[in-house]
Amino acid sequence: MSSSDVARQPNNGVRPLSLAGHVGFDSLPDQLVNKSICQGFCFNILCIGETGIGKSTLMDTLFNTNFENFESSHFEPQVKLRAQTYDLHESNVRLRLTVVNTVGFGDQMNKQESYQPVVDYIDKQFESYLQEELKIKRSLHNYHDSRVHACLYFISPSGHSLKSLDLVTMKKLDSKVNIIPVIAKADTISKSELHKFKIKIMSELVSNGVQIYQFPLDDETVAKVNTTMNGHLPFAVVGSTEEVCIGNKMVKARQYPWGVVQVENENHCDFVKLREMLICVNMEDLREQTHTRHYELYRRCKLEEMGFKDTGPECKPVSLQQTYEAKRQEFLVELQKREDEMRQMFVQRVKEKESELKEAERELQSRFEQLKRLHADEKAALEEKKRLLEDDQSSFSKRRAAAQLLQAQSFTANGKKDKDRKK
Amino acid sequence: MYFVLVIIPSHYNHCTNRKCLSVCFFLQQRNLEGYVGFANLPNQVYRKSVKRGFEFTLMVVGESGLGKSTLINSLFLTDLYSKDYPGPSQRIKKTVQVEQSKVLIKEGGVQLTLTIVDTPGFGDAVDNSNCWQPVINYIDSKCEDFLNAESRVNRRSMPDNRVHCCLYFIAPSGHGLKPLDIEFMKRLHDKVNVIPLIAKADTLTPEECQLFKKQIMKEIQEHKIKIYEFPDTEDDEDNKLIRKIKEKMPLAVVGSNVVVEVNGKKVRGRQYPWGVAEVENGEHCDFTVLRNMLIRTHMQDLKDVTNNVHYENYRSKKLAAVTCNGVDTTKTKGQLTKSPLAQMEEERREHVMKMKKMEAEMEQVFEMKVKEKKQKLKDSEAELERRHEQMKRNLEAQYKELEEKRRVFEDEKANWEAQQKILEQQKLDASKTMEKNKKKGKIF
Repeated sequence: MSSSDVARQPNNGVRPLSLAGHVGFDSLPDQLVNKSICQGFCFNILCIGETGIGKSTLMDTLFNTNFENFESSHFEPQVKLRAQTYDLHESNVRLRLTVVNTVGFGDQMNKQESYQPVVDYIDKQFESYLQEELKIKRSLHNYHDSRVHACLYFISPSGHSLKSLDLVTMKKLDSKVNIIPVIAKADTISKSELHKFKIKIMSELVSNGVQIYQFPLDDETVAKVNTTMNGHLPFAVVGSTEEVCIGNKMVKARQYPWGVVQVENENHCDFVKLREMLICVNMEDLREQTHTRHYELYRRCKLEEMGFKDTGPECKPVSLQQTYEAKRQEFLVELQKREDEMRQMFVQRVKEKESELKEAERELQSRFEQLKRLHADEKAALEEKKRLLEDDQSSFSKRRAAAQLLQAQSFTANGKKDKDRKK
Repeated sequence: MYFVLVIIPSHYNHCTNRKCLSVCFFLQQRNLEGYVGFANLPNQVYRKSVKRGFEFTLMVVGESGLGKSTLINSLFLTDLYSKDYPGPSQRIKKTVQVEQSKVLIKEGGVQLTLTIVDTPGFGDAVDNSNCWQPVINYIDSKCEDFLNAESRVNRRSMPDNRVHCCLYFIAPSGHGLKPLDIEFMKRLHDKVNVIPLIAKADTLTPEECQLFKKQIMKEIQEHKIKIYEFPDTEDDEDNKLIRKIKEKMPLAVVGSNVVVEVNGKKVRGRQYPWGVAEVENGEHCDFTVLRNMLIRTHMQDLKDVTNNVHYENYRSKKLAAVTCNGVDTTKTKGQLTKSPLAQMEEERREHVMKMKKMEAEMEQVFEMKVKEKKQKLKDSEAELERRHEQMKRNLEAQYKELEEKRRVFEDEKANWEAQQKILEQQKLDASKTMEKNKKKGKIF
């Protein structure tokens, strides 16, 4: 019977009730599992390590198959990533596995930018998921999840400590992906050296604040084994796809003159531990962590970068639609402003040019005026000269006329005289 | 030789019982050699889902007195509705309400938070037009809550309160659907999974029930109502069962809160003077079919369809309305496949290009005009020069002319003056001779 001390409130308060028989919803997990099996699973592993450290061999060994592998040279100018997808099948479970390998990692002289292509790849997968999630018409349940679920970082078996490249790279990746460091080619380290090496590595990781993936302890069924395994990190692994006959069995192993290193022998290396932890026990947790922690962090940062907030200026909760609308308005206003600015600029330029040209025109005009004045002056001078000439001419003609008159007079007077004389 | 795992997808039989989820090798003789271990993934998923717990929201809609509360109690074998928590028919108010009650039930280690949403007052008024509106509003508001939670920047837990299934109770008239039934189902079939039920089926004989079901399905098809459809599975056996269930739709149910004894067995049933109508008897009613389908086999699918179809429809409509404000609808089709942010980005790029083009155009016009103006200036300058030259030449010509005139004049003057001088000299000589002559007495 229900606990009647819970007041009847239509919208909150969950009442526990007991059942009078078998209802059948205990099949819910099975229904969920069946659906997952029908859909198939997908898992993406990223392997980071120097060229030749054994990444591809380990993948082949882990998944018991021969992935197409290319041997890379040591002379890659830049770190690249190569991703390959395979459809695997075990029992009734289909797994779409994507293995991403780094090519040329650790080969360059200057390794400062080595981590960048890796970070870019991981971010790109997050970005494409985010874009799909933000679409208006989306199909998330059909989406092929390419986000990196686990990152195996291959540590060189130097026996001493981590390289600075390792620390730098892992530090850059620890908030983006589940990092599982492994000691590669562990058959070159003796047991006692290995023990010291592991301790050194873990202490270096801790002192540098690198967060590696810890196997989860919240589920009682696996908490115990996970705790033990957490203590064996990082796993020292050996990979091999060749088989050697031991006793009457064929086992995966590496044959040396001094003995045979058996991959699946827990005394020889931690391969079985890695396989169990990575695949058998915690694969789903790795996927969940990637989705709920790393992806959410990426998404949050990305949205904040774009200016989205959960609360508006008055600290009231703001829905995404409101933010979109606000952003859109802002955006349109900005575009309009830019357009206006450009127009303004042009108007300004036109004005300037106009005044420039006007100035030139005025100058021309004044020159014209000046020349006109010059001309006028010269013309006036010319006129003056003309007038002078005319004056001279007229006074000369007057003189001439007067002289002629005088001459005429004197002529006639002389003529009279002569006449008189002649008389 | 090693074990190759790459397989072409083909038909497979899956074990649904997790206890026998052992790894089957293809080559049994090789212990551990063929073993990878991801066959354990379903187990991991199982564990995590049990840990998380499950939620389910079931809505019951129908007129009062159709036995909704009794059916719910029978379905979940618990007193969800009781004296302290009365069913919808006891809680009728003036207007249609939509109310929910949450209960937590556990079975076999699985926790289920069940929310039952009921609608007291539905269809009970004299005028029932729009009585579906509160229901639609409720469903939309739950979708909106989920959308907001999903869209937050800081997302933590997203409780799923969306309505996963709506049981619609049809009164057992035996004739057909009522207008209210049709109207309601038409309005809600693309918002929620609708499962129509014939209530109080113990008032119909099997033949009447058959006819009634046929009639109802005919009307449902006529009005193009999309009720919840059971998905086909890959298993032929399951498909046979599903086809059988489909033939029985809509399910005719009987519920009971009372346990009676029939043939020494305690069963839930309704005691009549003429016999006992057993709830869980497949020949008496379809209750077991409903329970199996709703709870035991398709609960997860109902949630998935709600999430992948109904919710996505709601979301895309809502977001399209927000982001395509003022944009004409001929463009929106292509834009729906992008996220609004990508769309804004594209718009920005388009705008930048447009601005560039505009700028280039304006620049061009500007340059042209400036060239024109400059050319004009040049022309008038040239004109000015030319005129100036001309005037200069003109003036110079005039000067020359004047100079010439002056020269001629001067010459003439000089000549005449020379002449006059000679004349003067002659006159002087003449007067001198006359004087001489006078002096000489020649002159009387």
